[in-house]
Amino acid sequence: MAILVIAEHDNAAIKPALLNTVAAAQKIGGDIDILVAGHQCAGAAKAAAAIPGVKKVLVVDAPHYAHALAESLGALIVSIAKNYSHVLAPSTSAGKNVLPRVAALLDVAQISDIIKVESPDTFVRPIYAGNALATVQSGDAIKVITVRSTGFDAAPATGGSATIENAAAAEQSDLSSMIGQELTKSARPELTSARAIVSGGRGMGNGENFKILEALADKLGAAVGASRAAVDSGFVPNDYQVGQTGKIVAPELYIAVGISGAIQHLAGMKDSKVIVAINKDAEAPIFQVADYGLVADLFQAVPELTSQL
Amino acid sequence: MKVVVAVKRVVDFNVKVRVKADGSGVETANVKMSMNPFDEIAMEEAMRLKEAGVATEIIAVSIGTAQSQETLRTALAIGADRALLVETGVEIQPLAVAKLLKAIVAREQPGLVIMGKQAIDDDSNQTGQMLAALLGWSQATFASKLKVSGAAAEVTREVDGGLETISVKLPAVVTTDLRLNEPRYVTLPNIMKAKKKPLETLTPEALGVDVAPRLKTLKVQEPPKRSAGKLVKSVQELVEKLRNEAKVI
Repeated sequence: MAILVIAEHDNAAIKPALLNTVAAAQKIGGDIDILVAGHQCAGAAKAAAAIPGVKKVLVVDAPHYAHALAESLGALIVSIAKNYSHVLAPSTSAGKNVLPRVAALLDVAQISDIIKVESPDTFVRPIYAGNALATVQSGDAIKVITVRSTGFDAAPATGGSATIENAAAAEQSDLSSMIGQELTKSARPELTSARAIVSGGRGMGNGENFKILEALADKLGAAVGASRAAVDSGFVPNDYQVGQTGKIVAPELYIAVGISGAIQHLAGMKDSKVIVAINKDAEAPIFQVADYGLVADLFQAVPELTSQL
Repeated sequence: MKVVVAVKRVVDFNVKVRVKADGSGVETANVKMSMNPFDEIAMEEAMRLKEAGVATEIIAVSIGTAQSQETLRTALAIGADRALLVETGVEIQPLAVAKLLKAIVAREQPGLVIMGKQAIDDDSNQTGQMLAALLGWSQATFASKLKVSGAAAEVTREVDGGLETISVKLPAVVTTDLRLNEPRYVTLPNIMKAKKKPLETLTPEALGVDVAPRLKTLKVQEPPKRSAGKLVKSVQELVEKLRNEAKVI
């Protein structure tokens, strides 16, 4: 068996989710190659080659892979995939965008969001917002899989020395083009790889009030997240959203502030190691999953917590 | 330009699903069913395109049992002009849905197919991308803004790092994210009107599509339960617990 892992990267460096995906590939077993498709992506390729257990890093460097547009990147992956028994990508917005395209062109099913490898053809994946876990078996010749990061402990980032091999670019598709990006800039850790997360919900009242969460997050070295209600209300940008259709996180510590705990939000954070809920409503469902609950006015409790750390 | 909107009948988002005791699946008998919320957003976006004079006709399509007619009637009440049901009793997986939709596209020749980015039952997030691939079309997934101008569409997408805007050539497949729009309420007169709109029924066989499932579900289980912890009385107690008991700070 040979496994192709699609690297998530920003050309300069790899994204942490790639390490969890390599870990999933190791559970499947077999040779692991990583595809780094990008533009001026030598930095990312070097980082991918340093992951222990990787045999080969295939680098495809061309301007039309700079933004991972699905049409061009999908065609490239399809042209390489035939040499492999498995194609894996992290279940990030980029992975979810391109991989089903690859599966359809290969005429195989995709297995989305796996959290466990039972055997090389059998995997566990959450359905219904994580309220049920399905064990599915694929009979397809090539298994195309997206990997939920929280299901697999990250592989080490250094210590390996895979060979780096340049490969030819596939044809550029003119179906789509990038106009622009508005990426949230933050000095805080990324949500999906943070050790701790402080999340706010509708109870925050407005975007300005998120400052008190940011102060707490900075004390803890935490990322700041939000519930769908807070994002829909315009308090914070979309990339803060934790939940069934947002980001799935499992930090050591998750502090939910002013979040009632709809099942769609719980789906995104209930695998956190320690959950703290601060809410003035003692009946809020979030308390049913919290290890420590504090029924209090968040506008008093959060600054007090920050000052005591 | 014709617009095809794909809608799926799913367990309502407010229902807490139960896993069947025999591990064969999730209990769906006597459970409230609704249109997949992301597909409702897709219908709303199609309506806005029609109101803006961009879309000329909206065709709602669903795949499933006869009961999916209810979902299509909802789409007609929102404002679809007509509906197509591909009726089948077997489990239809995303690749098969994409193949069926491809056959519908060949029949209807739309300029745009809009659907939810994922269905809230199997959470696959695949069908739109697969359909675009099979058609050789462009795709714009996780859309939070859609602007059609001439032979292209400008789509703002919700991505992990924030937002990105791409231009896609038409025809294209667009999948909706939560912030694309806020779906309108269906009014009683429109529900009445919807009953008279055309709803055609097809079968996978008639469309010449092999829908045999590729993935076999071996079992469905409950996830490990998380038990409620304790309530602390003060911030001071919370800090003490996090420091000495949970040891996370």
